[in-house]
Amino acid sequence: MTTAGTRNVAQVLLKHEIEEFLYHEAELLDERRFAEWLELLTDDIRYWMPMRRNVKFGELEREFTREGQDINWFDEGKATLERRVSQILTGVHWAEEPLSRICHMVSNVQLLEASPSAEEAAEVALKCRFYIYRNRVETETDHLIGKREDTLRKENGGWKIAQRKIILDQNVLLAKNLTFFF
Amino acid sequence: MSNSHANGSHRANGHSIADMVDLASGTVSREIFVNEDIYAQEQEQLFARAWLFVGHESQIPKPGDFFVSCMGEESVILCRDRESQIHVFLNSCTHRGMKVCRYDEGNTPVFSCPYHGWSFATDGKLAGVPYFKDAYKGELDKSQWGLIEVPQLRNYKGTVWATWDKDAPSFEEYLGGYRTYLDFLLDTWDGAGGETEVFGGIEKWVIPCNWKFPSENFVGDRYHNISHRSVDLVGAGPSGSGRRDTQERVGATALDFSFPERGHGTISFLRPNDGPIPSYQHSKIVSDYFAHCENERRKNYGKWSRFIPGPGTVFPNFSYLPRQPRTIAVWHPRSPESHEAWRWFLVDKNAPAEVKEFLRKYYISYSGPAGLTEQDDMENWNYAHNASRGAIARRYPYNYQMGMGHDAPSFDADGLELPGLVRNVTVAKAAEQNQRGFYSRWADFLRASNWDELASWRNGHSNGAKFHNGAAARAGSAL
Repeated sequence: MTTAGTRNVAQVLLKHEIEEFLYHEAELLDERRFAEWLELLTDDIRYWMPMRRNVKFGELEREFTREGQDINWFDEGKATLERRVSQILTGVHWAEEPLSRICHMVSNVQLLEASPSAEEAAEVALKCRFYIYRNRVETETDHLIGKREDTLRKENGGWKIAQRKIILDQNVLLAKNLTFFF
Repeated sequence: MSNSHANGSHRANGHSIADMVDLASGTVSREIFVNEDIYAQEQEQLFARAWLFVGHESQIPKPGDFFVSCMGEESVILCRDRESQIHVFLNSCTHRGMKVCRYDEGNTPVFSCPYHGWSFATDGKLAGVPYFKDAYKGELDKSQWGLIEVPQLRNYKGTVWATWDKDAPSFEEYLGGYRTYLDFLLDTWDGAGGETEVFGGIEKWVIPCNWKFPSENFVGDRYHNISHRSVDLVGAGPSGSGRRDTQERVGATALDFSFPERGHGTISFLRPNDGPIPSYQHSKIVSDYFAHCENERRKNYGKWSRFIPGPGTVFPNFSYLPRQPRTIAVWHPRSPESHEAWRWFLVDKNAPAEVKEFLRKYYISYSGPAGLTEQDDMENWNYAHNASRGAIARRYPYNYQMGMGHDAPSFDADGLELPGLVRNVTVAKAAEQNQRGFYSRWADFLRASNWDELASWRNGHSNGAKFHNGAAARAGSAL
């Protein structure tokens, strides 16, 4: 968007507003308020998490599996995300029964673009870092760390997530499953 | 390793193989899942001798293409040399052992070791040695120090297999009659035998349990429906709703096939003669395509079109789902406590783009760590393993008695020759014949000192006799 030195008040306010939204989203997930979380997603959301390859220097364009073409950890829309929530809420989804204890930490929020303007933003592109801690049953623990690229869109006066690209900093996935949301 | 097969006692850590895999009583000791000594024996006795899946031909279409895979614990390079020959090499420099390739896939003229700089051509030959003239005085025999290559490799219908044992039988002999069932995975959906390919992106993830849990699950566990209760409640079938699997199994005869002398096993569904029920009602293009394939399938397979293949395992660690979704999984051992699961997703090369896209999405949402169905499998394997490690738990074997000593009803195979030990489980719903076959073969590998002993079928006798299956229904003669 702009460098810090030339940031105006509208941009600062927008960044604050977006950060509040991201923290609220994390709160809903960590408090297992999945139905409310689903309401934060646009109906046409794209939720994509590529896999990452080790590739030779100079061939980094092949590092990520491609959205809409390759096998990805996630490459889906709202219907599948709703099904994931429904599955957790059956109470017999053994991979989340008993429910995991999950903590989402979001940081390094960078607004990349606000359109049409920071003052009247209807859509915002941002990058951030995530650290998801999962602990389940007794001692089973996962740490998932990486970056996220989100596009938020304003609908009926509130922000919703229209796109989410999840970049996990792992090659072989070290967690046995991905039963939670990024 | 202690007390290995070399002294003839077939013991591991004080336990005899015969006691641990007790087929007469239908029990298997928990030791074989958790014991480090047995795990070490598996690496020598089993993974160094069996045929193992390495990758799919479509991953390396051009000269110089490579894909780094695994055989057991060890990293191997699957590559196509400049003459288009396919090779599988141990991914370790012959000089000091460094991995010569630390990329997952790509294209290269040579594999160069980052440690001292030895470089190897894509046919494995040692091509470059720094200071060859000065330090080695030109005397190093380069022809003897190429990359270590598997002695046997087979490209079977696009799938590349290899074994480290030069005395192993051919891949086809290793499969035996099981080939009939594997072909349903590898031939195209229309039964015409055309080419398949894998999608880009191989899933790799760590599952904290012994590798045999998934292998035995895929070899024919029809009993674990409760594992998938949640996904069946929400509906994840290939038409977007309903049970996770297809409707084509309704009304079919459920048949299990075991090859105890080889270890392979699979389940299947033999439909009545009214033809399959359409299950892929995603869009007109997709449903038309599958309807077309089914029509062609009936023409190409004739009587065999009634046969709907199900999950299976090619011994020891290659498991697959042949129809919904069509995937290959390999369970690479990493320790007694954990393995790395790798998954390839198979599709007909000539399928329309919209069909491939539908399948890609269906595959991802079903399989693997983010798959609605398999998440619950992994949870159960994980905690089954954990709860089997204790000193007390180890004293109590697992139960594989289901169906032992009871006749299974016969069935009308309508002239189909169905290889293997066949068991009709339509009424019983499940049996553990296939798992017993798997562990029988596992025990053979841990006992035998060479392939002469392992290729028992050559002597005209089958070790299937040691099973107490009662008068299990058999169709077809070949074991």
